[in-house]
Amino acid sequence: MKGWNLKNWGHAPALAWTAVFFVAPLIAMLVMSFSARIDGKITLTWTLDNYRSFLTRADGTFVGALWNSIEVTVLTTIISVLVAYPLAYILAYRVPKNWQRFALVLTVLPFWTSYVVRSYSWLLVLSENGIINQFLLWAGILDTPIGMGNSRFATVLGFVHFFAMLLTLTIYANLVQIKDSYRKAANDLGANGWQAFWYITLPLSVPGVAVGAFLTFVLAIGDYITPQILGGAKEMLLPQAVMLQIGRQADFPLASALSMILMLVITAAFMVFAKRLKMERV
Amino acid sequence: MTALYRWAPWVYFAAALLFIFLPVLVLIQFSFQSGLAPVPPFDGPSLKWWAKVLANRKITDGLTNSLLVGLGSAFVATVLGFLAAYSLARKRRRLSGFYQFLLMAPITVSYLIIGMGLQITFNYLGLGKSLWAIGIGHVVINLPLTFAILYSQLGEHQANIERAAYDLGAGDWRVVLEITVPMLWPSLLAAFFIAATLSWDEFVIAFLMSRFDVTLPVVIWSMLRSGLSPELNATGTLVFIISILAVGVVEFLLWRSRKHHA
Repeated sequence: MKGWNLKNWGHAPALAWTAVFFVAPLIAMLVMSFSARIDGKITLTWTLDNYRSFLTRADGTFVGALWNSIEVTVLTTIISVLVAYPLAYILAYRVPKNWQRFALVLTVLPFWTSYVVRSYSWLLVLSENGIINQFLLWAGILDTPIGMGNSRFATVLGFVHFFAMLLTLTIYANLVQIKDSYRKAANDLGANGWQAFWYITLPLSVPGVAVGAFLTFVLAIGDYITPQILGGAKEMLLPQAVMLQIGRQADFPLASALSMILMLVITAAFMVFAKRLKMERV
Repeated sequence: MTALYRWAPWVYFAAALLFIFLPVLVLIQFSFQSGLAPVPPFDGPSLKWWAKVLANRKITDGLTNSLLVGLGSAFVATVLGFLAAYSLARKRRRLSGFYQFLLMAPITVSYLIIGMGLQITFNYLGLGKSLWAIGIGHVVINLPLTFAILYSQLGEHQANIERAAYDLGAGDWRVVLEITVPMLWPSLLAAFFIAATLSWDEFVIAFLMSRFDVTLPVVIWSMLRSGLSPELNATGTLVFIISILAVGVVEFLLWRSRKHHA
């Protein structure tokens, strides 16, 4: 009975699940990316053609899509952090303790709306008759309404809306763990409010920012919905390029190669964030 | 200056809330649209699109499928996550670091890539697309979350209580079922509900792994592609209401357990 207890084998089912349904499919996809479609049948030929076509496609669609993706994602991540940090700070230090939980849940409530519908509802807000145009007309900033949907601006706005909530959660969770006594000690040693924030609170909240920013990066760069609904037809992001290969042409080898490139970018981002990401038990 | 210092946070807070709630409020308002156009100007209120949604078999079927996949995959992810968290938190191994890395790895990969990998693998093995296939994918993406949440709650404090139970003669299983699980109950529920809400709203894996039986996000997606209508707004509002109910349940349970422990 001694060998057959949870401490010994408890991790086995989860590891097996991850190995079979995560690691194996990734390997399958890697192999697929070196395959070719010959007469509509996919055969493993260890060709590099798929990667070559990523680089050399005459119209530059794929390299362009990668750059668009990186630009949109970096922009999204930075703006989301800038929007979320003050919000998390106010929730953690300005809202009275008894109300914090309620205020936090309220702040991230729209996080739970349908992801597809949330993107689409920005179209309502941004449309020519929408509330933003109405306001700008009323305020005299605009003479004629402008369509703000179907643009990179709309994509980034939709992303920031979602990820600012996610980042507020991770940063808040970090801020409330910083002990009051640290800031009090800084104050006793003569630091003013800004100095205490800059030298004590901000550095100690870096892990929360890093976790949230990393999740934002991964989820945004791989997202197909938001650019597809809000971005319009003017530019294409990498996930859209991948879906296009699967959907219209069933070109799995090329789609796999594009996905491997996407994974490479995410891995690079992980390296950047890795030092700051830590798992701790409380 | 002091007035600015006092009021600036609240002005910011209000502006942020406005930004966060704006699309949701507009969506809810236009679910009560009367005419055919799902966009402003508003010409309601009317309940006719709500009636259409509730009578639309595609939507109600999608809703049922989504709930089935969400609850089922969340249950599997929570059980697997708990077993792994317990085993890795309570026994040191040479490979502990590697196991943790492997369990957390799916969180660093886009859903699109996970979905495509599964699709290729299932194709190769000759397995069809189904709700089961979607559920399998959702366990993959939720396992890192349930594992991380539960692992973070299995610290020294809990270990000491478990040791006390061992000393009093309880066996392994009894300790887990009668000490660890009840102690972790709020976190287990939180992990379960977070996994369920993420799964039932997940699009890309569900889209790639489904053919005839589809989940609600996929239904909404195809509605969106076949033209905008206020029916979409009502469907979106419905999803929001159901998700909020789930969040409300979790919050209530967490609140009650905090009150007990305090």
